[in-house]
Amino acid sequence: MAAPEGIPRLLAGLNGDGRALSLDEHVNQWGPPPASMSASFIDELDRSGLRGHGGAWFPVGAKWRSVRRSITKRPIIVANGAEGEPASGKDRLLVHQLPHLVLDGAVMAAGALGASRVIVHVPGSAIPTVERSIEERRRFGVDSVDIEVVEAPDRFLAGQESAAVNTINNRNSARPSFTGLTTVRDSGVGGRPTLVQNVESLAHVALIARFGADWFRREGTPESPGTALLTVTGRWAEPQIIEIPLGIPLGHALGLRQEDARGIQGVLLGGYGGGWLTAAAALNMPLTEDAARQYGSSIGAGVVALLPSGICPLSEVSRVVTYLEGQGAGQCGPCVNGLAGLDLVMEKLAFRPSSLHGGVSTIPGLCDLVEGRGACRHPDGVARFIRSALRVFADHVELHLSRGACRGDTAPMLPVPTCPQRSQSSPLRPVVR
Amino acid sequence: MKRTALTLIVDPIACDGHGVCAELLPERIRLDRWGFPIIEAGGIPVKLVDHARRAAESCPRLALSLVERPL
Repeated sequence: MAAPEGIPRLLAGLNGDGRALSLDEHVNQWGPPPASMSASFIDELDRSGLRGHGGAWFPVGAKWRSVRRSITKRPIIVANGAEGEPASGKDRLLVHQLPHLVLDGAVMAAGALGASRVIVHVPGSAIPTVERSIEERRRFGVDSVDIEVVEAPDRFLAGQESAAVNTINNRNSARPSFTGLTTVRDSGVGGRPTLVQNVESLAHVALIARFGADWFRREGTPESPGTALLTVTGRWAEPQIIEIPLGIPLGHALGLRQEDARGIQGVLLGGYGGGWLTAAAALNMPLTEDAARQYGSSIGAGVVALLPSGICPLSEVSRVVTYLEGQGAGQCGPCVNGLAGLDLVMEKLAFRPSSLHGGVSTIPGLCDLVEGRGACRHPDGVARFIRSALRVFADHVELHLSRGACRGDTAPMLPVPTCPQRSQSSPLRPVVR
Repeated sequence: MKRTALTLIVDPIACDGHGVCAELLPERIRLDRWGFPIIEAGGIPVKLVDHARRAAESCPRLALSLVERPL
């Protein structure tokens, strides 16, 4: 089958009616997957330059290579579609509509790493579709590995690597483990070396295996090759999922010109663990993880939220911080206490700034106290979200401090699920001082 | 000051802020406002290695580890 041209790549498979592609349609679209997979495929992944699209942007080839080799324990592959980020929808789109692309990638990982078991970790809503797709593959004898499905809880941290493993192990579900001494790549599901890979990454893997690393590199830049799925909120009437070549300016990806920046107060890139950018900076910024980090943000899982004028940015930020505080696993002292403190001070800044004695001067110090001090990156993400908001909305912060909170209720823009409370079994409670 | 390739890392899930480590190794560990340890980054100096080991062994939650890390 001839290699597909241009963009979209992954989304070229969508059939337009929201239905999942059947196995037949999938093979018609992209051709059959390679009959066998060997460890040398990891070299091809290295050459492709594919990086993980779950949020960390870690090189995929290097990650596969780091899964511990053991003569007594075969590794486990987890296709991770938990997507706890409320503003993101691209992983849901993949598992609901292009499940075979994801399953292909996961089965290829199993072949390259010598795994005999693949676990698909997805929200409950996706389970019927994924199970039907697995059944189709079984009927046609496509795979030589077993594929199972495990439900991902509806929690922000459900997709975090060690939290996903804990869910699958049915122990401390959706809560991260301390991975400073050993990672899930040494000991994960059932104590076996485990590869947890985002479903979009696996979909790209499925195409690289068919068409090669050189084909993959035809889009994007030499440093950031390939395409990425973005979930865009605030640009069109409904959130949209688009596929873009990495490295193009965000404005170009969204069809926005420089003068459109005037109607946009700020751009949240990377979701709630990402960072705010000014509209002018965001529209010009090349969409690569390296560029985003230089701007104090991250592409993360590909969320782009444009905040229009007329909405109080600080109330948006406060609502999200309250949600994130409630979504903590409640395990690490600095995170439990620090996030409670940050939630309180951001709530005051948004809604009753006169009670904020000392202004916003205490906030950077609180961010310092949580960064790098949790078992996972949750507190770091919250700190980045807050620091970038104070930078991008500095004028609005001054306005609150001098004239008080914004009046009038505007409809909230950033999605925040309605049950943000930390689960009752939470081992730690914050001591707000 | 000669440094080793040894560093202290804390398991923040296991740690309950007992504070023994900061008592035993104040040169490298201080406590935040909630009583949880903040560990100075980088290799432990040679003359503090014994104290660091004692701090790790004395943690009532076994949350502190002295590990070798490439410099």
